[in-house]
Amino acid sequence: MSALRTKLRRDLWRLNGQVGTIALVLACGIMAMIMLRSAYQSLLAARDQYYADSRFADVFARAERAPEAIADRLANLEGVAVAYPRIVREVMIPMATEPDPISGRIVSIPDDGVPPLNALHLRAGRLPMADALDEAVLLEQFAAAHGLAPGDHLPVIINGKRRELRIVGVALSPEYVLAMSGREMMADNRRFAVLWMLRGTVAPAFDMAGAFDDVSFMLEPNASLPAVLAAIDRELAPYGGFHATPRAKQLSNWSLTSELDMLSTLALVIPAIFLGVAAFLVNVVISRLVFLERTQIAVLKALGLTDRRIALHYLALVSLIVAVAAVGGLLAGARSARWMTDLYADFYRFPTRLLHISGSLVALTLSIAIGSAVVGAIGAVRKIAKMPPAQAMRPPAPLVYRRSLLDRLRLRRMFGAPTKMIIREIERRPLRFAMSTLGIAMGIGIFLMGRFSWDSFDRLMTDRYPRVNREDLSVTFLRSVPASAVHSLEAIPGVRLAEGLRVVGVRIRVGPRWRDTAITGLAQPMELRQLLLHDAPVELPPEGLLVTDKLVEILGARVGDMVEIDVLEGDWSTRSVPIAGVIDEPFGLQIYANATWLGRVLREDPRISIALLAVETGRLDEVRARLKEMPSVIGVSSTEHAIRRYREQTGESMSFMTFVLTLSAAAIAIGVVYNNARIALSMRSRDLASMRVLGFTRREISTILLGELGAQVLLGIPLGLVLGTWWAGLLAASMDPEAIRFPLYIAPSTYAAAAVIALVSGLASALLVRRKLDHLDLVAVLKSSE
Amino acid sequence: MTATGMASALTVAMAVLAAKVDARAPIVSAHALLKRYRMGEIDVVALRGVDVELYEGELVVMLGASGSGKSTLLNILGGLDVPTSGTLEYRGENLTDADEDALTSYRRRHVGFVFQFYNLLPSLTARENVELVTEIADDPMDAVDALELVGLGERIDHFPAQLSGGEQQRVAVARAVAKRPDLLLCDEPTGALDFETGVRVIDTIERVNRELGTTTVIITHNAPIAAIGDRVITLADGRIASLETFAKRRASAGELRW
Repeated sequence: MSALRTKLRRDLWRLNGQVGTIALVLACGIMAMIMLRSAYQSLLAARDQYYADSRFADVFARAERAPEAIADRLANLEGVAVAYPRIVREVMIPMATEPDPISGRIVSIPDDGVPPLNALHLRAGRLPMADALDEAVLLEQFAAAHGLAPGDHLPVIINGKRRELRIVGVALSPEYVLAMSGREMMADNRRFAVLWMLRGTVAPAFDMAGAFDDVSFMLEPNASLPAVLAAIDRELAPYGGFHATPRAKQLSNWSLTSELDMLSTLALVIPAIFLGVAAFLVNVVISRLVFLERTQIAVLKALGLTDRRIALHYLALVSLIVAVAAVGGLLAGARSARWMTDLYADFYRFPTRLLHISGSLVALTLSIAIGSAVVGAIGAVRKIAKMPPAQAMRPPAPLVYRRSLLDRLRLRRMFGAPTKMIIREIERRPLRFAMSTLGIAMGIGIFLMGRFSWDSFDRLMTDRYPRVNREDLSVTFLRSVPASAVHSLEAIPGVRLAEGLRVVGVRIRVGPRWRDTAITGLAQPMELRQLLLHDAPVELPPEGLLVTDKLVEILGARVGDMVEIDVLEGDWSTRSVPIAGVIDEPFGLQIYANATWLGRVLREDPRISIALLAVETGRLDEVRARLKEMPSVIGVSSTEHAIRRYREQTGESMSFMTFVLTLSAAAIAIGVVYNNARIALSMRSRDLASMRVLGFTRREISTILLGELGAQVLLGIPLGLVLGTWWAGLLAASMDPEAIRFPLYIAPSTYAAAAVIALVSGLASALLVRRKLDHLDLVAVLKSSE
Repeated sequence: MTATGMASALTVAMAVLAAKVDARAPIVSAHALLKRYRMGEIDVVALRGVDVELYEGELVVMLGASGSGKSTLLNILGGLDVPTSGTLEYRGENLTDADEDALTSYRRRHVGFVFQFYNLLPSLTARENVELVTEIADDPMDAVDALELVGLGERIDHFPAQLSGGEQQRVAVARAVAKRPDLLLCDEPTGALDFETGVRVIDTIERVNRELGTTTVIITHNAPIAAIGDRVITLADGRIASLETFAKRRASAGELRW
């Protein structure tokens, strides 16, 4: 059937604009699916593989100081397969190249170098030697960020004494796939170092011989997690045990899991939108093609070709569109998947290479793409079978129009004939109009959904964060120190004001409901910390707790209720205290209290764990240098630095994603507007030519043709803005509300950009079609009856 | 004298006679119109040097077989097409080299068209199809008046799909005359209609010509219609084969038979 093949080739060429724009939308769907899904699958596979290979622990617990003998009891608890005791200590790293002291963590490994759980993956060098006291293995993220390699030295303040550690190896750890200390809001590879040293070296340095302060567990396959957690808590309670944490709440793993959840949602939603729009466009274009070619179809039928053969001809056209899209989409998908996984690899470190685009993903993506195109075409193609050869040769019945809603509303006089034509055309095909409008709206929605997290986070960092955190520097002490320590900080030249915070870990309980968190005691009056509720300052009550609204909700408590708090340090006692008020904070489940009252509750003299400093202008570096000299300090961070680092870290990924999202929104708008314009032109060229003959100018008839499309774009924009905001809200709601409560914010500039993209794409496609309008054959149209 | 010579002499004599009858200045005058098309691979010459003038208020019937060039001539007179060579003037204004915008403006302000296939806009009612033109005209008549003039006062709010062919054609006539054109050009207005409806449409066109004094050209291959014309131009093979001028119209539309 080579003649039909020739027809196919020519159709494809003749419809190049339509084929191209549909292929573009389809290609975006394929690209999005390959990119998001392979990033998801790669991360998931890398995580699962790594966790399994490294025997990543199921439960983590900390204690003040537990004797080694307890380790065996822990290992024999029901449901526990392995208990691995360690020494894990926070240290300060006063690097000469960094202005601030850097937070470090020393983690012990058994003297044989083989941890039973949380195995290290050496990327360079070797493990420490048993007889070398200053050898350590360094976390790869930190080593890479500072260009450190085996053989280099790192200064570390251990138990108040400065030591030069020799880096002998660089490694990855399943506990630090994302390197977060828990003290900073975001991972910063430059500012958090993890060092692994042999336990025999670490124990004497921290006076921990024969004892441990950290234990990881692997559970039996059928163990009950709550039961094991409770049993561990009971065993460790006498030794200053913090409550045990399941793997799900382990910081690095929690962050990775949140990312995976988000990716899996996006990988489902975004391709679905593109493929849906593509199916709609295929439907519109093939329906029109079959309609225009009904006489040819009738001839083919009269010649004896089967319906099936003719239907296959049109489906072949569709599959060629898919083929074009598949090539482009797969190439772009592979490219952007590489880019996306590279970006992930900067923060999430695995021993295996991250990117893997599986054959089955490609196959699945292509079958879904083909499926959606065929679904789009099937309705049109089925009409072929219903066409009796003879009837198909006759012209179709004249188009029937009805009086529009506007006529019934007696608004007729308000509009000229061209406007009426536009309105009646819309009313005649309301579904197509609605679908097109929805398509454009979805393009805008994708843009907003992809951008909102940056806008929200940016606002949080640049607006909310500085309002709450008014200090220039925040200084974290290794352990709590007497409140009088603020005076010595205030004495540092350049410090204008120093205020102390007391942070104490607690488990807060109301009946059976509980959460592990911390209470921050604020000395009054306090200048450098501002608590907010609904963006308005909140006064700290003299007594009782000021609790984050989310935590109040989780506990099912109300202001005035008494709650139980288990204090996780000091005398490890339980107290009953009132909730005195509520605040809202975007992160975590914070609790605040008046420091004096908190001291009474804890039965301790006023102490502080963190000091906030306001520094005179221009003297920040001077102050930082002095802080690096203080052995009791383990970390210094600055608001300004946090914001700058945030911008650096997100800048690149944001520009890339914005680029991809812009292309996506534009592809959809172009696909919808261009194809609708071409079809409108083919359906109405006779009317428009008649109007030209009557003396209408090109501009006037363009208005009629493009007016309907303009209406689609203009309606699609506000709809898209609403839709995008709604989707963004759904996506925000899908994040763990106990960790982040994203204040949904989309910048006016983002809304404007989305609207402009739709408008410009619509305009560009309209102009392409307008050029064809200028070449209408006025004479020919008068000679034909249809 | 050969037969051709006699025909030429007759043409000249008639032209002289016509010049006497129409001592006024022509509103449209075309000279030596030549039109060559390229149709696929071959050249087609549709007009081979046609001279024609149209005078105020007259009704001209153009006869000719298919391919005689009559529609091409009408399209050029109406500003839908431009001649390959020759000149076209409208009230002394040269339209020969007019650009697309000037031709659009010419059609918009001075010319009314009636086509064989009506060319109404299906999405507009009868009234609105007329309003389409009255909205852009300088001094239009009321759309309803125009429809009453063609006898469709009762059906003004019907859509084309709800009207018969004859009714649709009369809407087209109303649409063409509603802007009070200087020139009403009708291309095979009865071509798609049965006899009775066709007569009705011709009657309408004639009445418009009579009552409004609009210069009217009717193209047809239907010879009996010639009886209603002040002048009858017959085209053959791209040339004017004959031109007859009558002091008095020989029949009214009601008397036509074909």
